[in-house]
Formats: sequence, structure tokens, C-alpha cells
Amino acid sequence: MKETGDRRQGTVLCLLFVYHKKYSFKETENRPLSPHLILKSMSLIKTDKVSYEYIRRDKDGAVEGINKAVDEIDLSVEKGDFIAILGANGSGKSTLAKHFNALLYPVGGTVFVGGMDTRDEEHLWDIRQTTGMVFQNPDNQIIGTVVEEDVAFGPENMGVKSRDIWERVIRSLKSVDMFEYRKHSPSRLSGGQKQRVAIAGVLAMQPECIVLDEPTAMLDPMGRKEVIASIRELNKTFGITIILITHYMEEAVHADKVYIMDKGRIVMQGTPKQIFTNVEELRGVGLSVPKVTELAFELRRRGVDLPEGILTETELANELCRTLSEAKHRKF
Amino acid sequence: MSVIADHLNYIYSAGTAYEHKALDDVSFKIEDGEYVALLGQTGSGKSTLAQHLNGLLKPSSGTVYVDGEDIFEKGYDLKALRGKIGLVFQYPEYQLFEEDVFTDVCFGPKNLGLERSEVELRAYEALKLVGLKDEAFFQSPFDLSGGEKRRVALAGVLAMKPEVLILDEPTAGLDPGGREWIFELIDRLRAEQGITVILISHSMDDVAEHADRLLVMNGGSLVMDGRPREVFSYYKELMQMGLDIPQVSRVMYLLRENGVNVSMDAITVKEALGEILRLF
Repeated sequence: MKETGDRRQGTVLCLLFVYHKKYSFKETENRPLSPHLILKSMSLIKTDKVSYEYIRRDKDGAVEGINKAVDEIDLSVEKGDFIAILGANGSGKSTLAKHFNALLYPVGGTVFVGGMDTRDEEHLWDIRQTTGMVFQNPDNQIIGTVVEEDVAFGPENMGVKSRDIWERVIRSLKSVDMFEYRKHSPSRLSGGQKQRVAIAGVLAMQPECIVLDEPTAMLDPMGRKEVIASIRELNKTFGITIILITHYMEEAVHADKVYIMDKGRIVMQGTPKQIFTNVEELRGVGLSVPKVTELAFELRRRGVDLPEGILTETELANELCRTLSEAKHRKF
Repeated sequence: MSVIADHLNYIYSAGTAYEHKALDDVSFKIEDGEYVALLGQTGSGKSTLAQHLNGLLKPSSGTVYVDGEDIFEKGYDLKALRGKIGLVFQYPEYQLFEEDVFTDVCFGPKNLGLERSEVELRAYEALKLVGLKDEAFFQSPFDLSGGEKRRVALAGVLAMKPEVLILDEPTAGLDPGGREWIFELIDRLRAEQGITVILISHSMDDVAEHADRLLVMNGGSLVMDGRPREVFSYYKELMQMGLDIPQVSRVMYLLRENGVNVSMDAITVKEALGEILRLF
């Protein structure tokens, strides 16, 4: 069954390829086709039984043991999705994320980004252009001495024309609300601002997807809010696919889909509402739920009439007002 | 051990174009055994303040008294002070450097000039206290996981047996389980050794749950000093400073706006639970 499926998919790909060659020859005359343009019908990122192992060595270089960090993960991300991946320290979420732009290659299984196998060296730059990455520490990601120069670094390296570079820089900085700081030195920005410059730097390469690995871990509450607001804006307004890896449950409530990882495997997946209903199971894998959800869960357990999976303060306040007024009516 | 900050002022790069007043007339007293949280936006002066309390930075004016003694007076033994006031920096695991875990933890007490047997005993006790598994004692610290490295770094400070422990965002980058573990460790240290804790934190939920007293810094000044529920009743002021209130407080705030008579004193899940159930 599976084989037929694959073959059918292959046929469709071939047809698409022929179609594309025939009708879009002119624009692409002098440069190779960028395959991720052709394969729009596919998932943007697809992993097929992906595994990754770290080899532990002692100080003489002899192998001491093998840690399976990612264990046969199947996952697919569609264009425009907002995905959150949660998991305790060491659950394998960062290792998995590094597969999405070919920083790591799977030991077993395959990762497709825009239809390209990440192990295919020929497509390395196409893959890195499709998925950009933002890491935890903003100081490790900023290299320019002026904000706008830092953001221009990516497109410059890609060989984008000078006029287009500035257009991209301006647009990227505007979309993370950092345009007015374009002439500033990054070293004098706050953590949240630095992190937004790092995001702009990735945006300037015009990726379809941005993977953010704990982007708010080192930020204060204001910085966290700014970064999360920027991320949501990029997803909603510009349709950029977002994969957010985080320890903060409150940040995952805005996602379309949440994956929970434990010991290298995906142990739960669903909408934030579905996931955060399982308070006890989440605790079992070293995670927690947002305080609001915990409060709602405890109230429900004591018989207060509330729906399952409340995620925000407003939701809880509104539901409490409703149930309170109903209780009042019943009394009379 | 009591700590008094007396009109502390600190100016970075004085006399240059980058002159910046990092501390502006900061005064307070922390009593023996208190559990204080220090809040403030990045750049508000929290870490600068912490570094004054164990004499790593010298104030431009004002001073610090520890157990009644001026620590910036000539002849004061600052080295001994750093054994008594332990400072755990942000991401302390980045500062591990020795060949194996045990030697790394020995570094602090060794510098205090203790006997070798005492140094090793303290290192062993500290590593046991942070719950590191025995097999890891003689591994390279760089082969440990992030969470284990943090434990080792904490052990390095605890091995000096400080009476006051200053922790600069000890939970940053840890998962909920790891964060809980840090707070359990602090509770244990308080219960067993009666140490004074000064916790620098960005998590309003955490400080609401654990600290007895909050100090709020803004632009180098100490702007609030009070019990958590007092401080968190200044919702608007805190937001203006780029801070926040606990999630639970926001629910109480919204309920009040909708005309439900609940007390803003409830700042933890447990307290809110009681307060809301009272309405039914």
C-alpha cells in the first residue's frame, strides 16, 4: 500500500516538474529551478521515522555509550502553520529542530524540507533558505556593529542585489518593529530587542519557515512579550511558518498545534486545548500547564462548572462570570 | 546575617560619553533568614546591586554593612565575605572550568584557605546536597547535561557554606521540573541551614509562590519594597516598568473589572482557589 502511495506521489512530482519546466522556462533560464517552489502541494517539513544518536566518548576517544536523542519521529508541518514543540530538558526537541535546516542529519529516517532531502548536499543552501533558525542567546547571533548591517548580512551572503538588500532589511526590521533602531549598535539594545534583530536577520533571507529554539529563555517579561508578539505577527500577517521550541507553557497556547516530546519521542500532539487538558500527564513528562489552566483544572475538580482546557486569563474570567451568574439564578 | 545597603550609588564609565548611573541612592535592610526576591527589567540595576552586596563592585558613594561592619572599609576581609555571601551568576554552568566535577567544586572552599580534608568534605556534601549521582563526580563537567552542569555550579557555591545566597535567575533555561527542583533546594537550605536568600527573578509566578518580600528596581532606583501581595497590587505601575503580575493576579483583576468581588490578595493558585470557591 505504502509503496503505491510513494510511487503515485513520485509521478505527481514528475508531472509538476515537467509543467514547471515548460511554462516557466523564461524566468528561470539562467538559474537552476528552486525545487521548493514546485512542490507546494507537499508539506513544508516532513520527517519520516527520524532518529538521531549522540555518541559519548571518554577522554581517550573510546566510545562509552550511545544516547538516542531522537527516536523515530514522524511529523509534518504545513505551510503557514504555527507549531510549538514542548519537552523537558534533554527530551530531544532542540536536536530535532536542528534537523529542520540541515544543521544535523538523521542517523535513521529522512527529513524533507520543501520536498528536498536534507542529506542531499546539493540543496543545502536551498534548505537553509527555506528554514531559518533563531537560537536562545541573542548575543551569540548578532555579528554586525550596526543593526541594519547585521540584518543585511544574510542576504548579502546570498548574493542578493544591493538595492534589494536594503529593501529586505527595511521590510524585515519593520515587521519586528525595530525599524527605528536601524542605526543603533546592537550591543546597546535590550535582550528582547536583540532577539527581534536576530529574527529580522533571518527574515531578510525570506525563509518560508522560522524555527525558534527557546527564543525567550534569557529575556525579561517585557522582552518575552515583544518577541512572542513579533512571532505571532509574522505567522498571521506574513504567513510565515513558525516552529517554536519552548519551556514556557504560556507561549504555546497561541500555536495551531502542540507536540510534546519525552525521551526522544513525540508522546502527545494536538491543539493547545487538547494538550493542556491533560494536566497530570504533562506533569508526568516533567512539564506543567499555564497557571491559569492549573487554576481552572483545580476549580473544575472541586465541581465548578467550567469547560476543559482553559488557556487564557480572559477565558477563565469570562467563564467564571458566566457560571457565577448562572449559580445566582439557580438560587432564586 | 543582616545586610544593609546604605545610599548606594554606582556610575558606570564615569566621565565618558557612556556615563550611566546604574544605582541611584539604593537603601534597604535584609534581615537574617529572609527570603527576598529582587525584580526589575533588564538593565534596571539588579545584577549591579547584587555585585555590591559581596564586594565585587565598589560603590561610587554609599556603602554596604554586613553584620554591622562596613565591607568597603580599609582592612575588611573581602575574601572571607565572599565565602559568607555566595553569589550564583546567571547561567553559572558557563563558568565550570576544571578537569573533573569534584575538583571544580573544591575550587571555592580551597580559595577560602581551608584544610584539604575540610575542602573535600565540603565538596562531597555540596554535591550530595544538589543530588548529583556519584558516577558523575569524576567526569569532566563538560560531559554532563545542562541540568547537571547547573547542579555542579550551584554545588561550587554551596561548598563555601554561605550564610547569604544570592541567585541571579537560577531557573533560566530550565524546564518546569528543573525549576521546581531549584525551589525545593532553596527551601531545604533555608530549613536546614537557615540561610538568607536573595533571588533575582523575571518570573512573577515564581516569586509570588516563594518569596516573603519583594524589592523592585527601576532605572537604578529601588522603587518598591514590600510583601508580594502589596507589591502586586500596583498592577499598572509594574506594567509601566516592563514588569508583570502573576497570571493568577491577572485573573483576579479581570474578575474585579467585571464586578465580581474578589480580593487582589490572592496571588498563587492555592490562594485564588480559596478566594473563588468562596463565591459559590
